[in-house]
Amino acid sequence: MLRNFRQFITDTIQIVTHGSKYYYAWVGFLLLLIAIGTGAYIGQLNEGLIVTKMRDQVSWGFYIGNFTFLVGVAAAAIMLVIPAYIYDWEPIKEITILGEMLAISALVMCLGFVMVDIGRPDRFWHIMPLVGRLNWPQSMLAWDVLVLNAYLVLNYFVVTYLLYCAYTERHYVKKIVTPLVLLSIPMAVSIHTVTAYLYNGLGARPFWNSAILAPRFLASAFCSGPAILLILLQVLRKTTKLSIKDEAIFKIAELMAYTMGFNLFLTAAESFKELYSGTEHVVYFQYLLFGLKGHNTLVPYAWASIIFGFIAFILFLVPKFRTNWKLLNLGCVLIYASVYIEKGMGLIIPGLTPDALGEIYVYTPSFTEIAVAAGIFAIGFLVFTIMLKAAVPMMLGEFTISKGRRSAEAEPGTEPVQAH
Amino acid sequence: MTDGKLTSLPDHADEAPGGCGLDRRDFLGAGVAAVATALTGCGTLSKEEFLQHNFRELSKEEVLSVIARLEKEYKAKYGKDVKVGTTPPMPGVIFGYALDLSRCIGCRRCVHACVKENNQSRTPEVQWIRVLELDKEEGVNLQHAEQYYNPDEVPREGHFYMPVQCQQCKKPPCVKVCPVGATWREKDGIVVVDYNWCIGCRYCMAACPYGARHFNWGEPNLPPDQVNTETHYLGNRPRPKGVVEKCTFCVQRTRKGLYPACVEICPTGSRKFGNLLDKESEIRYVLENKRVFKLKEELNTQPNFFYFYGV
Repeated sequence: MLRNFRQFITDTIQIVTHGSKYYYAWVGFLLLLIAIGTGAYIGQLNEGLIVTKMRDQVSWGFYIGNFTFLVGVAAAAIMLVIPAYIYDWEPIKEITILGEMLAISALVMCLGFVMVDIGRPDRFWHIMPLVGRLNWPQSMLAWDVLVLNAYLVLNYFVVTYLLYCAYTERHYVKKIVTPLVLLSIPMAVSIHTVTAYLYNGLGARPFWNSAILAPRFLASAFCSGPAILLILLQVLRKTTKLSIKDEAIFKIAELMAYTMGFNLFLTAAESFKELYSGTEHVVYFQYLLFGLKGHNTLVPYAWASIIFGFIAFILFLVPKFRTNWKLLNLGCVLIYASVYIEKGMGLIIPGLTPDALGEIYVYTPSFTEIAVAAGIFAIGFLVFTIMLKAAVPMMLGEFTISKGRRSAEAEPGTEPVQAH
Repeated sequence: MTDGKLTSLPDHADEAPGGCGLDRRDFLGAGVAAVATALTGCGTLSKEEFLQHNFRELSKEEVLSVIARLEKEYKAKYGKDVKVGTTPPMPGVIFGYALDLSRCIGCRRCVHACVKENNQSRTPEVQWIRVLELDKEEGVNLQHAEQYYNPDEVPREGHFYMPVQCQQCKKPPCVKVCPVGATWREKDGIVVVDYNWCIGCRYCMAACPYGARHFNWGEPNLPPDQVNTETHYLGNRPRPKGVVEKCTFCVQRTRKGLYPACVEICPTGSRKFGNLLDKESEIRYVLENKRVFKLKEELNTQPNFFYFYGV
């Protein structure tokens, strides 16, 4: 058993270090981005967070915005499991493992964004349970640390176990996998809910202190997470022998239409409440949607997010559109962009602007912030690429303990193969 | 890691109490500290500093050794004997503050006295007190506040002034949200920060409704000749980069029976300070005889800082 596992590890390393020239080029590109990000981060460590554009007035920015968005991606990737298990719908069940790998990559990026945002990364151990002094259950950030890490471990275990079973040509034990996969569903909901509560619980920030913040988080995550998966599934069935049926993709697209509609409805409900009642809290919405006192940096992004979200909703709602590959992919890109704005900068910045004393500090990320963020995204993509590289031949049964490396090398994994 | 400053790694393992050399645990600790040093990017993190626990969990002996270490560090850095006190809260004392909006003229002398007293970074200057210039027509409406007013003379026609600093809340949202318990409310009502435990996540800054918390975005720049050497561990001792700081009602002074620097400097007598539990105190006189209000009362943070109109 242990020997098999060791061989599983060494063979996996073997498989991810050998590939086509496209694979090397892609990995090389990611490594380059990681190098740039690392360089920028070293500069930030030496100078302090002063190299960012964050200041006391806007004390969170691009890093935490990306963190929030990616928690949504991590959560939504797993929520695809819900229809698969509730309706026992095989076409989606097959792609559960892909969702889990996407969740792992997103979580790695989440933790990366938190790590680069803190002023004293050398004190990371203070936040570790038992070793440090975790302010639990009071602090929502303490909760977030716990649920994010638990979710990461859970997904990592399930993926490793499933692949190991495939590799050793055994059938996985259903009694182990099914409860864990079912557990991952409420956990996916919980990571995004806790992340919403992190902002939601602050009376000082009326823009976040709204009861529908957590539902909005979930609704938007249900849009952006599957959008990434839809594109990914199409890439995978073009570049590998993995067969993914059209109906699986269209089913996901149909489900997305409902969540997009719901997401737009919640956004409208929130906007109506703020704009119509027009209390003193309206200033944050004004800053986001119309600009305030001549400052309108966010305005074009905010409207782009709303318009993109609406167009994507129409594209996904009409069956004729969503079964047209071009329109479907356009819709995916639009909804992704829409949620990226809404749950990133569109959430963090107006939450903090005007600041607690009414000051407007116009925040735009610095070069360092963009370079570090690019590095973290590259790490996430690299993790995902490596996992896919090993997982796809294992899932296809091409790469197992008995067939070994030879068959995997014979399969370059880049020639377009028909899905059916 | 190209920074030359990183190469010097003052590891004081040989000075550990007992002095019995490196055992395995020390060695591991030193290794982790070296990694952590790379993470601070400043190259001055000792093993003791890295492994130091939350101030509230330290034994008396540990506190003494921490203080000795800090005083040595400050001596090396500023060439001065900085005294780091740990005076505890006085029994039967809860500090309260009241500010007379009808007297304040917005001269900002309090702002600068505070910076001087509390060893804030000078460039960029960190200010624990922010004075808002407000329209008389609008009243206390923060959306009409101006912090960067700069006339030749104050007060300006048609305006009044509202200094805002930490309100020392009885229900401080900043304390509730801190993920590591690096900030807490002391028995005398002062909300303090352990600068050696804060991880710099800035959640407290998002939670504070008064903009009272400030972050050391860069290395604090405190010229040696301007260092105030009378300090408190939880107050005005020089801070490292990457941690949050805030007004402590001058804990280093007030726990010895002195007024906060801002009270002492105020030329108009707008600032009143005292023991809320002492019926004879000036602060109690203000609370009983003037009409006071609390800033953002609706948030139920229950400040021990009050505003009033004295005349």
